[in-house]
Amino acid sequence: MTSTMTATTDDEVTVHAMTIGVPKENRPGERLVAATPKTVGQLVALGYEVHVQEGAGAAANFPDEEYTAAGAVVGPAGDAWSADIVTAVNAPSEADLAALRTGATLVSVLGPAAHPDLVATLAERGVTALALDAVPRISRAQALDVLSTMSNVAGYRAVIESAEEYGGMFGGQVTAAGKTAPASVFVIGAGVAGLAALGAAASMGAQVRAFDVRPEVGEQIESMGATFVQAKAAQQEVSADGYAAALTAEQEALTQEMYAAETARADIVITTALVRGTAPRTITAAMVAAMRPGSVIVDLAASGGGNCELTVPGERVVTDNGVVILGYTDLTSRMPKHTSQLFGTNVVNLLKLLTPAKDGQLVLDLEDPVQRGMTVARAGEVLWPPPPVQVSAAPAAAAPAAPVEDPAVRAAREAAAAKASMRKRLVSSAVAAALVVLAVTFSPASFVGAFTVFALAVVVGFYVISGVSHSLHTPLMAQTNAISGIILVGALLQIGSTDPLVMGMSFVAASIASINIFGGFLVSYRMLGMFKKEA
Amino acid sequence: MLLHFVQGLYIVAGVLFILSLAGLSKQDTARMGNVAGMVGMVLALGATITHSLWLSSQDPTGRRSVLVTLLLILLVLAIGASIGIPIARKVEMTQMPELIAMLHSFVGMAAVLVGFNSFSEGGDAVHLVEVALGVFIGAYTFTGSIVAYLKLSAKMKSAPLTLPGRNMLNLGAFVVFFVLMVWFVVVGKTPSGLGWALILVIAALAFALGFHMVAAIGGGDMPVVVSMLNSYSGWAAAAAGFMLGNNLLIITGSLVGSSGAILSFIMCRAMNRSFVSVILGGFGSEGGTVLTSAAVEGEHHEIDAASTAQLLWDASSVIITPGYGMAVAKAQYPVADLTARLRAHGVDVKFGVHPVAGRLPGHMNVLLAEAKVPYDIVLEMDEINPDFAHTDVVLVIGANDTVNPAALDDPGSPIAGMPVLEVWNAKQVVVFKRSMATGYAGVQNPLFFKENTAMLFGDAKTRVDDIIAALPAAEPAATGARTAS
Repeated sequence: MTSTMTATTDDEVTVHAMTIGVPKENRPGERLVAATPKTVGQLVALGYEVHVQEGAGAAANFPDEEYTAAGAVVGPAGDAWSADIVTAVNAPSEADLAALRTGATLVSVLGPAAHPDLVATLAERGVTALALDAVPRISRAQALDVLSTMSNVAGYRAVIESAEEYGGMFGGQVTAAGKTAPASVFVIGAGVAGLAALGAAASMGAQVRAFDVRPEVGEQIESMGATFVQAKAAQQEVSADGYAAALTAEQEALTQEMYAAETARADIVITTALVRGTAPRTITAAMVAAMRPGSVIVDLAASGGGNCELTVPGERVVTDNGVVILGYTDLTSRMPKHTSQLFGTNVVNLLKLLTPAKDGQLVLDLEDPVQRGMTVARAGEVLWPPPPVQVSAAPAAAAPAAPVEDPAVRAAREAAAAKASMRKRLVSSAVAAALVVLAVTFSPASFVGAFTVFALAVVVGFYVISGVSHSLHTPLMAQTNAISGIILVGALLQIGSTDPLVMGMSFVAASIASINIFGGFLVSYRMLGMFKKEA
Repeated sequence: MLLHFVQGLYIVAGVLFILSLAGLSKQDTARMGNVAGMVGMVLALGATITHSLWLSSQDPTGRRSVLVTLLLILLVLAIGASIGIPIARKVEMTQMPELIAMLHSFVGMAAVLVGFNSFSEGGDAVHLVEVALGVFIGAYTFTGSIVAYLKLSAKMKSAPLTLPGRNMLNLGAFVVFFVLMVWFVVVGKTPSGLGWALILVIAALAFALGFHMVAAIGGGDMPVVVSMLNSYSGWAAAAAGFMLGNNLLIITGSLVGSSGAILSFIMCRAMNRSFVSVILGGFGSEGGTVLTSAAVEGEHHEIDAASTAQLLWDASSVIITPGYGMAVAKAQYPVADLTARLRAHGVDVKFGVHPVAGRLPGHMNVLLAEAKVPYDIVLEMDEINPDFAHTDVVLVIGANDTVNPAALDDPGSPIAGMPVLEVWNAKQVVVFKRSMATGYAGVQNPLFFKENTAMLFGDAKTRVDDIIAALPAAEPAATGARTAS
């Protein structure tokens, strides 16, 4: 915790709660808000004072009164922007930047890779900037990953938009008037958005096929009810940071062939390929020309220029051959209620991380890879890009600590060990067998008979018990308790003795052994009666 | 003729006992197995009573009259029935481990007494070895089971008793026993004062050894101890069979002995510990004899009952992993109630039971069965581990070491290599716990600090009740939240 410091300036020793500002988003058409009444309540619970701009949630149907009821102070834009911590959905405009105080903390989607100038400006102004879209993709950070949230919503909405444009039903139907085939949906990229899209489409009854360059997501695709499209040699290796990397030229060519074939047979194509903010070109004009009239392409990568050559970001385009291409960049904004709620929860989770004492004091720990990764500017310094984080998103990256051993060497070593233990077991078995033979040789006849029975019974017992299911272990023990009460037999034979000592001991032994018999069988019976199969 | 008839019945009884244990290996045949055992026992008793009465009728001078013998036998059975039946009917399923341990002690004591009697009748060297072994095993089983009983019923501290040089003490006891046995065989051909003294010393030694060895074993190793004592009680019966030359006793004793041995083996494997290390005891002592190799640091998240209820209500699949804590809190009924409500709501609820959960092999299964949880949704560790990855919520109720990821991740952990329930693969884990204290093994559990783990503190039963209370309200609350947000 050596590098820990509060986000306040040094000369200002704050003891009272820090304020969080929630301004109204001013990007045209934006309906999202960075905090909902519910998340405001959670922020207040963390000890913060929350200032919400008037009408901030109006477009998402969260009236000011609900914010007030949740504990926020509703006021003018200036109050929200001049708070200690400002949380917004979109990067601030020039005017907004001017309203930010020096030393304030900005929590927002910033696109640091695409907008280095913005980061520089923030650093110049002494603002601590946390980019919600720069959360390292490690499992611990999932709860604050805004990109996942947005992608999820966008993927779902893409299906809804495509369903509206598509002139048919998603699920195939068999009716008295004949049957209709289900819609064929092809999803490119099985990231969060792609998986959400294919899940939504599949649940509406469409036939869904999906492709991703990362082979390890095949399982996820199939678990969502879609078919994983394999392209020969196009899939690449597991990437270390959880993002897909760009393709090589050869892979590119093979992938193109596959795209052409898949798009031609699809009614709806949803593309989601965004590699760090830029969209690789996956669907060419020629491929679109080969699609059936009435087909729909939803380009979720439109913000990065579009995966489809003909995409116009933000627009609906109809090609000459009647293919509709949707390049909407505001899909998340089209579902403001849930998107805002999820986004707001991401912000709350971030602030939980940054407020370890829950006392309304923001503490930034740059030793923490999550916090370091998100912090793009602090105290006049640009901290973007962060040092790379090796993460757990890739299963292959596990166990780096163990020295790597050649599999062949290990196999040989294990085989040798198995052989050695086998030999040891053989030797000890042989010794045991020899001892038994020796003992029996010098024993009286009665013992030999008894020992034969004993040896066979042990083996029978071993095989009979080996298969007992775990759930029956307790009744089994009760039952064996009852059965071992058979020792009573020995006592009963001696009970008729005239020697009072023998009789007395036999009597006691037989009595306690008979408790076992009655108690053991009955309790076992009682337990077995309880085990009921689902009716 | 009559003796052959008795032997014939013994053979049939022996076969029925084998079928009985075989039947108990599967749920479908378990009840039949139970009945087979009872029938076998009735046949064996009938044969023995006939035999005993016949002996009395043949030897009017050396034995009491047939009528007296019969009365004595009936009295014995009446005592057994009048004590055994009420216990069996009334015992709480949570107290099952204690009952089982107590029943083991009876077999042990009976073996000691039968051994004494058998000695009083005299015999050759082989017979004397059998007597010495039978008394030794019986006495060991008796005190061992009594200690296990006391520990399980919390009448004695469950922490291991660690005397200095305890392994040397045990080893010394065995050596002394061996010497005494040889001496006993040499002098005991005819029952004499010295012979009696020796066999009594052997018994006393075994009583002390049984006490000490089980006292040195901690509470969490009890599943192994109880099944081990089960095994010993079987060997004691088998030894009695050797003494008396009774094949039925030998067969039954060996069956029970190997059955207990296999259960112990299964338990040990489930803890990734060797049988010897469990028997030698000393594990899980409080006070830091066990090192926490990797210091686990971090902040745990807390959750309240209402949020847990909401979580469960919204989930599509839930796995509950119970542990000893559920038995202690007697939470199985509310857990079953919760399960029934969630299932009625369409949530897929399953149970994952670790082999050593609880204090007796299969203890959790019995508790859940008692609370009317269908046994086909109660799965074993190997069956359920792959399912955690597609599970929305896991409830860990009173389990700790059996869900500890350190067993897999941290080679320095004392429980490293122990197979565990991989609950952390689920989307959300809720751990019911009384406090942040460590489990039986004294190992901190990194599970509690995982991002997807939330802690629900308090008594498991109360908390589950709270969740159930919050459930019916969960439906409108959920819709309300959706409209409001």
